Amino acid sequence: MAPLTRPRRPRQDAGIWRWVLLLIAGVYFIAPLATAQRFAGFSSFSSVFTQPGFGAALWLSAQLAIVTTVITLAIMVPTTIYVHLRLPRLRRLLEGITILPIVFPPIVLILGVLQAAPPWIKSSQWLLGLEYVILAMPFAYRAIDAGLRAIDLKTLTEAASSLGSGWASTLWRVLLPNLGTALMSATILIVALVLGEFTMASLDLFVTFPVWIVQFDQLNAQMSVGASLFALYVTWLILMAITLVGTRQARRTGRGEVSLFTVTTSNTTVGES
Amino acid sequence: MATSVMAQAGQPAGTSVSLRDVTRAFGTVRALDSMSLDIAPGELVALLGPSGCGKTTALRIVAGFEHADSGEILINGQDFSGVPAARRDMGMVFQSYSLFPNMSALDNVAFGLRMRKAAPAARRKRAGELLEMVGLSDRARQFPHQLSGGQQQRVALARALAIEPRVLLLDEPLSALDAKVRVQLREQIRSLQQRLGTTTLFVTHDQEEALSMADRVGVMRSGRLEQVATPTELYSRPATAFVAEFVGTMNRVPGELSADGTVAVLGGGVPVADARDAVPGPVDVLVRPEQLTLAAAADGNGIVTSRTFLGPVTRLTVLLDGDTEVRVDVPSSQAAALEAGDAVQVTLPPVPVLVTPRRAAETAGEAAAAVR
Repeated sequence: MAPLTRPRRPRQDAGIWRWVLLLIAGVYFIAPLATAQRFAGFSSFSSVFTQPGFGAALWLSAQLAIVTTVITLAIMVPTTIYVHLRLPRLRRLLEGITILPIVFPPIVLILGVLQAAPPWIKSSQWLLGLEYVILAMPFAYRAIDAGLRAIDLKTLTEAASSLGSGWASTLWRVLLPNLGTALMSATILIVALVLGEFTMASLDLFVTFPVWIVQFDQLNAQMSVGASLFALYVTWLILMAITLVGTRQARRTGRGEVSLFTVTTSNTTVGES
Repeated sequence: MATSVMAQAGQPAGTSVSLRDVTRAFGTVRALDSMSLDIAPGELVALLGPSGCGKTTALRIVAGFEHADSGEILINGQDFSGVPAARRDMGMVFQSYSLFPNMSALDNVAFGLRMRKAAPAARRKRAGELLEMVGLSDRARQFPHQLSGGQQQRVALARALAIEPRVLLLDEPLSALDAKVRVQLREQIRSLQQRLGTTTLFVTHDQEEALSMADRVGVMRSGRLEQVATPTELYSRPATAFVAEFVGTMNRVPGELSADGTVAVLGGGVPVADARDAVPGPVDVLVRPEQLTLAAAADGNGIVTSRTFLGPVTRLTVLLDGDTEVRVDVPSSQAAALEAGDAVQVTLPPVPVLVTPRRAAETAGEAAAAVR
C-alpha cells in the first residue's frame, strides 16, 4: 500500500515566514500590473476590441495555440509512452533532446524548420505552428513524463492487453484518461507559450497577438498596455478554467492534482475494512 | 449466487497448458532453461521458488508479455507462441494493483467484455455477478482508490474471470497484502477456481501459499523446474536437496554413507531412501524436525538452545556434538519439561532417509540463507 504523503503541519514560525515571502512575491508581481492597469485605465479595455487588426491577431494566436497543442500532444504522448515502456534506457537521451529548443536561439530553430518544412507550408501561417511545436516540446515532454511516472504504466498496459485490448484502445481508454492531469498541464503550458510568444512570430513577419500589441504600441501606448493586460487576463482565465476542470476530475477519481511540471499522486488506499 | 456465471464459465474449463522446452535468456542470465510443464484442465499449479528463479518469466511467457527464445507454449495442444497477449484469452491478476484508476470497480470488471464487444446491459449484468462472487457488490460504483488493497485484488480477480479466460494467471497477487487478508483471499481464490474449474498458473515465493492452494507445485531454481508434485509428495518425497530444504523445514545432519545402502547417523544405522549423487563416505542426512525423536538424558548427544511454542508441538533447537544445530518438533506436553541448557539425546528412528553430498562448512550458512 502506498504510504500517505501528506506534508506535516508547518510550525508556527515557518507559517509566518511563508506569509512574508508570499507578500514579497505578491508585491513583486502585482505592483507592475497595477501600475499598468492604472496607466491604461479601464476605459481602454472596451475600445481595445474595436482597434484595427485586433480581431485578426487574436484569432491567429488562438488558431496557432490549438494547432500547436494538437500536434505537440499527438507527437509527444505516443513517443513518451513508447520510450517509457519499451526503451526506458533512452529516457535520459529524450530528456536531453527535448531541452534543446530552450538552448538554441529562436533564429536557429526557424532556419531549421525552414530547411525541413515542405515548400507549401513555408509561406503560410502554419509554419509558425511547426516552430511552436518545437518550442513547446520541453514543456510538453516534462508534463507528460511526470504524468507517466505517476502511474504504473507497465502494469496498466499489460492488464489492458490481457483483457483483449489493442494498442489504440489501451491508449484511448486506459492511458489517456489516467494522464488527464498531465495532458492538462501540457496544454496549459503550450497555450500560455503560444499566446505570449513574440520573437519567432515577429521574425517570421506574422502579426500574432503579441506582435500586434508591440506594433500598436507605436500608435497608442495606452491602448497597447490595455491590450497586453487583456491578453494576460484572458490567458489567466483560460488557465484557471483548465486547472479547475482538471482538479475536479482528479478529485472524483482520486488522481493527481494539476500543477505544471508535476502530477501529485493521491495514490493512497483506504485501510482494510 | 451467480449461477449463470458458473454455467458459462464452465465451458472453457477444459483447457490444458503445456510448456515445451521453453528457454529465455536476458543477456547472459538464463531466466528459463528449457523448462517443460504440463497443466491439466482445471488444475491449479503453483510455481514456487526464490526470487530470480524464473517463475515470473515463465508466467509472463504464457501470458504473452515475454517471448521465449526457443520452445513452445501449447494451449489445448495448439501452439500459442506467436499469438499476441490480447488474443490469448488469459485472465491475469498482477502483483501490483492493476485496476484502471479512471474506472469504477464495475467498469473495471466489465472492461474485458467491452473489448469483446458485449452489449452494455449484458456486460454490466455479468460484471455485477462477478463482483457478487468476490463479495463486493456494494462496492461496484467505487473507484480503485476508494478500495483497500485486498478489495482491489478481489476486483482484479473478478475482472480476470469476467472474460471466461482459457487460463487464469496469478502473479504473486497476495504479496502486497497483510497477513490476515492474504489468508482470506487465498481461500477465496482457491474455492472460486475450483468452482469455475479454470486452469490456473500461480506464481509465488511463499511456500505456505503454494502448498495450501495448489493441486501441484513446481519448485523452480535457476530457470529449471526441480520437481513438480502434489504438496504432500513434495514434502514427504522431495526430489532434490534443494526442494527438500526449500519446502518446509529440513535439518542436515552429518552421517557416514556405507556401500550397503545404510547411513550411520546420530549413533544408529538408518536405511537410505535415495542416495542420488552421494558416494559412500561422509554425507549430509536430510531429516524433517518431526522425524527426529528426543529424550532428556544427562549424557545425551545434544543441548537444547531454544524452544518455540507452535501450539500442539514445540520446536526445540538442539546443538549436537560436533557443532550441528537441528530443529526437533516434540509434543508440547513433553517439551514442557525441557528448558534451554538441558542435555538431551536426539535419535532418528530407522525410517528411510534422503542423503546428499556433504556440504562444505563455509558455504553451508550462505546456501541456507539463500534457501530461506
